[in-house]
Amino acid sequence: MTGFVLRRIFQSVLVMLAVALIAFIVIRFVGDPLESLASQETRLEDRAVMMQRLGLDRPVVFQFASFVRRGLSGDFGISYKQQEPVTRMIAERLPATLELALASAALALVLGGLLGIHCALKPESPLTHFIMTVSLVGVSLPTFLIGIGLIYLFSVELGWLPSFGRGETVKLGWWTTGLLTLSGWRSIILPAITLSLFQMTLLMRLIRAEMLEVLRQDYIRFARARGLPQSSIHFGHALKNTLVPVITVAGLQLGSVIAFAVVTETVFQWPGVGSLFINSVQSVDVPVMAAYLVFIALLFVVINLIVDILYYAVDPRLRIARGGGET
Amino acid sequence: MTQHKNDPVLSISNLTVEFPTASGAFKAVDGISLDIAKGEVLGVIGESGAGKSMTGAAVTGLIDRPGRISSGEIRLNGERIDGFSEAALRTVRGRRIGTVFQDPLVSLNPLYTIGRQLIETIRAHLPLKAKAARARAIELLREVGIGEAERRVDAYPHQFSGGMRQRVVIALAIAADPELLIADEPTSALDVSVQAQIVALLKSLCEKRGLAVLLITHDMGVIAEIADRVAVMNRGRIVETGPVADIVRNPREDYTRGLIAAIPSIHSKSTRPVLTGADHLVRVENIRQNFELPGGFSFPLLRRLSPVRHITAVDDVSFSIGEGQTFALVGESGSGKSTIARIVAGLLRPQTGRVAVGGRRMGESNAPAVGGAVQMVFQDPYASLNPRWRIGDIIAEPIRRLGLGQNRAEIDRQVAELLERVRLEPQARHRYPHEFSGGQRQRIAIARALSSRPRFIVCDEPTSALDVSVQAQVLDLMASLQAEFGLTYLLISHNLAVVRQMADRVGVLKGGVLVEEGAVEQVFERPQHAYTKMLLAAAPDIREAFRRREVGPGRDLTTIGGEETLPLEAG
Repeated sequence: MTGFVLRRIFQSVLVMLAVALIAFIVIRFVGDPLESLASQETRLEDRAVMMQRLGLDRPVVFQFASFVRRGLSGDFGISYKQQEPVTRMIAERLPATLELALASAALALVLGGLLGIHCALKPESPLTHFIMTVSLVGVSLPTFLIGIGLIYLFSVELGWLPSFGRGETVKLGWWTTGLLTLSGWRSIILPAITLSLFQMTLLMRLIRAEMLEVLRQDYIRFARARGLPQSSIHFGHALKNTLVPVITVAGLQLGSVIAFAVVTETVFQWPGVGSLFINSVQSVDVPVMAAYLVFIALLFVVINLIVDILYYAVDPRLRIARGGGET
Repeated sequence: MTQHKNDPVLSISNLTVEFPTASGAFKAVDGISLDIAKGEVLGVIGESGAGKSMTGAAVTGLIDRPGRISSGEIRLNGERIDGFSEAALRTVRGRRIGTVFQDPLVSLNPLYTIGRQLIETIRAHLPLKAKAARARAIELLREVGIGEAERRVDAYPHQFSGGMRQRVVIALAIAADPELLIADEPTSALDVSVQAQIVALLKSLCEKRGLAVLLITHDMGVIAEIADRVAVMNRGRIVETGPVADIVRNPREDYTRGLIAAIPSIHSKSTRPVLTGADHLVRVENIRQNFELPGGFSFPLLRRLSPVRHITAVDDVSFSIGEGQTFALVGESGSGKSTIARIVAGLLRPQTGRVAVGGRRMGESNAPAVGGAVQMVFQDPYASLNPRWRIGDIIAEPIRRLGLGQNRAEIDRQVAELLERVRLEPQARHRYPHEFSGGQRQRIAIARALSSRPRFIVCDEPTSALDVSVQAQVLDLMASLQAEFGLTYLLISHNLAVVRQMADRVGVLKGGVLVEEGAVEQVFERPQHAYTKMLLAAAPDIREAFRRREVGPGRDLTTIGGEETLPLEAG
């Protein structure tokens, strides 16, 4: 087990170094960083000083090393446009994105899970047919369209919910939360539904397919032949075996919910990292883009690591085979 | 419940199970009647599709939809159970009827310890506290012959070998002290030595607990070993029923006679002419193959520093096969038979040693496998044919690839000819694999192997997925093709009777080592190695079984095969 985790961490570090290299190349070679900082009036001597201060006169390898070193301590440079430390800009907006992502992930997991289990256990019921048909819509409609549709219905026509922003927020240390105010809760509903709809239908269809497969297995037939109660067969034996493949997808989906919240955040003008990224693309704010790249990569690597460790918790076969132990 | 002493535990009368199809109802079970008394083992034998498993499923109410019982009665100790609701059936399943399925590798939930599965089953039926249920679980494991039960109750299914898992499955089936045990092919997925142990265990449980057993199998050897009476099923009907000895010795019906005649016996002497002085076509010299086990400390850079565990699949094996002869390799699962087959066919390169076919060494450029001189026939005819290709394309592929046919008409003619050779209609080339039965598919696989005009064919368990009557046909075909084309075979099989019938020489493998090798008659009549003797003794055989039973319960089958070991590979 430890050996496996250490190996996976080692691999993760390699992945992060590769991503850092790409981010570094983007910053260093996509446009001249000096040009972005200096104006036309900057004197040549000042330029030389700036170059030295930024370390641009040293060999590329050293520059990369210092980029990694600064990255490790959370320093990704100064935003060209805002003239603020990039890390602080991301940290300020991160809570908004995380709250939105977690709310929609929770929504997707709970609803997707319940619907998926229902569809697997009652494959012939009218409700199942209805859910399966509607889920096609969820998979195929683009996010922005769903968002705009929801805004039109609930904000414009009915006027029940706000159409943009996070509502009032409360500061808890460096974390700002919208979940402690009524307007915050009202504001998160529409974007969370929009963001979760695709994941929800995906998870639902996956859980349904996996669970139908598990229900066909001999050990389920054998459990029925032993006269175990229905609930124990469905939720003890079948569901746990269904979870093994579902964990991977659910984990990766959580990553992409955060990473690709961009569209939803734009539609709802949600002040999160995604809209920060969009703005930085529009104004060619390279340090922000690079930092965002590294941040998202880190997120995926960490989630993957957690998923792998979860596998161990769920599946005893891996524990023994990989851990090298025998009983 | 009023019950007389001689009332049958299970009584089925006129049972019919129907499956609705587009062309009317298909009767999987067609009006069968049978009784099983307390302490009696009733064997139900038949080929695949005969409806024997469906009969077992009907008793426990586990028929897959859309099948249903359309008429007839099922009584358990006089009480009619066929109309029971799902809830009422749950009090019957496990509590009054225990079930054992064929494949122990997939019968247990891999994510729970066996203790948890046992305790859950016990507590579903008996009013026991967790602690008492655990004690009972340990007791049950001991009863089915699992050593160190206190410790192993907390192990997961994958930590047990196949035979041990089947013992656990049996413990689960008898956990709530049922009156009837339905064993559906309980030994078919196991090695012969383990098979003998499981048969003995079932027999002793039946005697000790007074269980009535419905034993469903396609293996007459198993029936002869433990059943009191046998019912022969064919196409949903019971063809013939009676005491085992009567049926086997004096079958009244043609179907039964054919079924019994098709069973090869390890005691029928080889009728193959003894060939001498044939040149050696295939030479296998000192091949060795290790597989690395997962686990250990395996950083890419530090791997050298840590001891990596290996399993030796093939350990210094040498043999040679004369042109036009059949060499058989026998051994139990994990003995390295299939690894050798893959090496000899050129699918796997041995770590050391060499394989030469017709003087040309495998693995070099222009290897014989590439030239089509070596071909392979696999075990599972359902998995070895591409389901999306027509038969004609499957057989023509080697011909096209090797340029053995000039034009389309020429290739088509060759394909038709090959199909005729394996006794299939040439028109079959326009159809897809799923339209054929298992035996027909295996013929197609053989036709494909022949299409490259090979001299040497590696057959890896070519008939073990087939029914006995079909097996006999396929073996016949193989023998006549060998005579016609002078083919050389390497036959991999766990079925000793098939080997005695088909092979000229035989090698016995144990743990990757060739422990004995010689002419087939010599090895079967005068086995030298203790392992060969054990294999021969454990092989189920009808006549042997009767002799044994008449002598009395002298032989203790549980000791055959000795200590079972844990499987080394788990993932």
